[in-house]
Amino acid sequence: MSNLQFLWFILVGVLFSGFFFLEGFDFGVGMAIKSLAQTSHERDVVIDTIGPHWDANEVWLITAGGAMFASFPMWYASLFSGFYLILLLILVALIMRGVSFEFRSRMLTESGRNFWEWAATLGSFFAAFLFGMMFTALVKGMPINAHGDMSAHFTDYVNLFSLVGGVAVTLLCYLHGLNFIRLKTTGPLRERALKWARPLYWLLFAGEVLFAVLLYFNTDFFTKKPVSSLILVAVLVILTILATWGVYSNHEWLSFISSGLSLIDVVVLLFNGLFPRVMVANNAANSILIKDASNSPYTLHLMTVISLTVLPIMLVYFIWSYWVFYKRLAS
Amino acid sequence: MNFGLSILSLARFQFAMTTVFHFFFVPLSIGLALIVAIMETIYVVKKDQLYKHMAQFWGRIFLLSFAVGVVTGIIQEFQFGMNWSDYSRFMGDIFGAPLAIEALVAFFMESTFIGLWMFGWDRFSAGIHCVFIWLTSIGTMISAMWILAANSFMQNPVGFMINAKTGRAQMTSFGAVVKNPQLWYELPHVLFGAFVTGAFVVAGMSAFALLKKRNIDFFRKSVKVSLIVGLVATIGVVGMGDLQTRYIIKEQPMKFAATEGLYEDSGSPAAWSIIESQNTKKHKSNWSIDVPYVLDILSYHKLSGNVKGQNTLNKELHAKYDKKFGKDMNYYVPAKTLFWSFRVMAISGGLFALIAIIGLFFNRAGTDLIMRQRWFLWVLAICTFLPFAANTAGWFITELGRYPWVVYGLLTIADAVSPNVSVASLLTSNIVYFCLFSGLGIVMIVLSRRALRQGPDDLLKAADDAPYDPYGKGAFSHE
Repeated sequence: MSNLQFLWFILVGVLFSGFFFLEGFDFGVGMAIKSLAQTSHERDVVIDTIGPHWDANEVWLITAGGAMFASFPMWYASLFSGFYLILLLILVALIMRGVSFEFRSRMLTESGRNFWEWAATLGSFFAAFLFGMMFTALVKGMPINAHGDMSAHFTDYVNLFSLVGGVAVTLLCYLHGLNFIRLKTTGPLRERALKWARPLYWLLFAGEVLFAVLLYFNTDFFTKKPVSSLILVAVLVILTILATWGVYSNHEWLSFISSGLSLIDVVVLLFNGLFPRVMVANNAANSILIKDASNSPYTLHLMTVISLTVLPIMLVYFIWSYWVFYKRLAS
Repeated sequence: MNFGLSILSLARFQFAMTTVFHFFFVPLSIGLALIVAIMETIYVVKKDQLYKHMAQFWGRIFLLSFAVGVVTGIIQEFQFGMNWSDYSRFMGDIFGAPLAIEALVAFFMESTFIGLWMFGWDRFSAGIHCVFIWLTSIGTMISAMWILAANSFMQNPVGFMINAKTGRAQMTSFGAVVKNPQLWYELPHVLFGAFVTGAFVVAGMSAFALLKKRNIDFFRKSVKVSLIVGLVATIGVVGMGDLQTRYIIKEQPMKFAATEGLYEDSGSPAAWSIIESQNTKKHKSNWSIDVPYVLDILSYHKLSGNVKGQNTLNKELHAKYDKKFGKDMNYYVPAKTLFWSFRVMAISGGLFALIAIIGLFFNRAGTDLIMRQRWFLWVLAICTFLPFAANTAGWFITELGRYPWVVYGLLTIADAVSPNVSVASLLTSNIVYFCLFSGLGIVMIVLSRRALRQGPDDLLKAADDAPYDPYGKGAFSHE
């Protein structure tokens, strides 16, 4: 494995981390439209908290996918063709959710708005859940042949472990969304988000413990990399404790940053477990390795130069747009 | 269970369906972004509120189009991996880079600044706010550049080698990939086509409103701005189309021969068939109505010269590729589709120019000619839909004319498809996308019609002329 290959494995991880940190609260806010918000006005406010940002947040996913294609095409090809039906459902969820905000704002009737609110809520829910499921199945190991083609059966990606993974990611996103709403609103929404977050954090602890136990039995994380895996699980628990403390002591920034970092920690945990592979096969000989999956050094070098030039500029205006709309909305 | 279908035909159908649908909204968004930016610039320069309302009103259609364009675009990125995994493996070294750069450079730019534009009316000065829509517009164009760079490689591979060990294409010169002549013929043609689309959608929708005599001043000025853009863009799209045609004769002669329905060599001088009945099984022309010299003018800008027919080219391609791809390859492209697509495109181009000129004449200041020529308003109104047909026809020629290759001369379509995806999966995804697109298409049409029917009255009447801005003053309450 060359340095460039290692760098790009990290970069793909960074992009997925950015995606989960940002789109994580978008998904959570999306789910809150039909759960936390109780009046039409509250739903307006909830949607407006992510109004200027959600589209750019989703670009992190597009970039992660593009970067994966540009650096590890064998990974991209195996992953996307292998998890075909999950990705189809993710696409449906992202599409319904993606148009829902614009379409809802054009509806004249209550039932029309209701329809697109459900589209946003369910789209957010299923996108979060299915991503969680897919990444859990990915590290568990799938039937992959020597050519790198995966032919999975239903139970390969729908099983107790992947379902728990899906639920845990969904819950993390939902709480991250609630923490975001606490930061971005005033009035009843802010108070209700706080009230709802408290019991949900105890549920999250239970989910995390269950996930860690299943992770132990379903993957080689703790046999191959016991120290780093244990540390990352411990970090996840500590971050959740910090977020819970932020919820009980009403430190809004602490909760938000902790919930965001815990999503990133999950990505790091999974990527750490994957390493030095990109796809885990049931038959270890067929696992796809970083060193075999990547593009030529020429293309990796090119992409490194371009990314490191463009990313800082992009981050400047991306962060600036958050600063512009850093205001609380009254509910 | 394969229901008599192959994964190849289903994957090809899906690619056609998803790209055609996606490409309704791409040129519309690129074109509308430019026109809205021009309208807002006029507002900033002239300080005439009407143009601000115009930018806001047509911005509503733009935002609808943009939303559907974005979500259907995600399918495209996923599709290469899902349905065409062997293509992705073969081409990843070259194809992934422009895709990733497109996301990094263009998508972040358009999505961030469109958010600032939507929610920033009250928070920024008019000039700064206008910069946001320009940055969005430039973002959409940069995006077109990178995706067409990827497409151009598939049409005309340059700056690469085939890795002897892996058998996969490998980039040797990024500069060559970006400087690909195919790209620089294709990109301006596509961009001008997008401007035509935006222009005639604005002009056509305005014509619908003018037929009902609503907000006459507002919509006549919209017609004026859009038809000026439309006329310039039509000249551009036809001119670049002409250059591209003459390039294709050299690089992809089979594609060109098929668009002209030419089976046998034309001889010199070459006549052009306006319409033709073809027998695609026997590869011959039944009958045609010909105009002498025109094919030479189209091909070489001269009055003489031979143009090779498909039968000759088929033999040449077999001679060139049989050693590598075997004797059984079929090098004939879907000739009838290409032939008629070219005519749809060419006739549309002529019509757009004519209509733009007549429209600008009828609509000139100081006369209400356009209001009295109701027949013309109807023609203009119908033109709302024509650019979509022309755009689709153009892509039919470009993509179907590449047959049987996915990467010209390097990789066949049959070798590109995902080997592990089942007919059932592909059938499911085709049905899901079909239902989804039908629904989205209907909602788009209903909402666009509604926006037009409601008109700009709410914008014109609003005393403080501020659209609802949740981030405006008053939203903020201190701790």
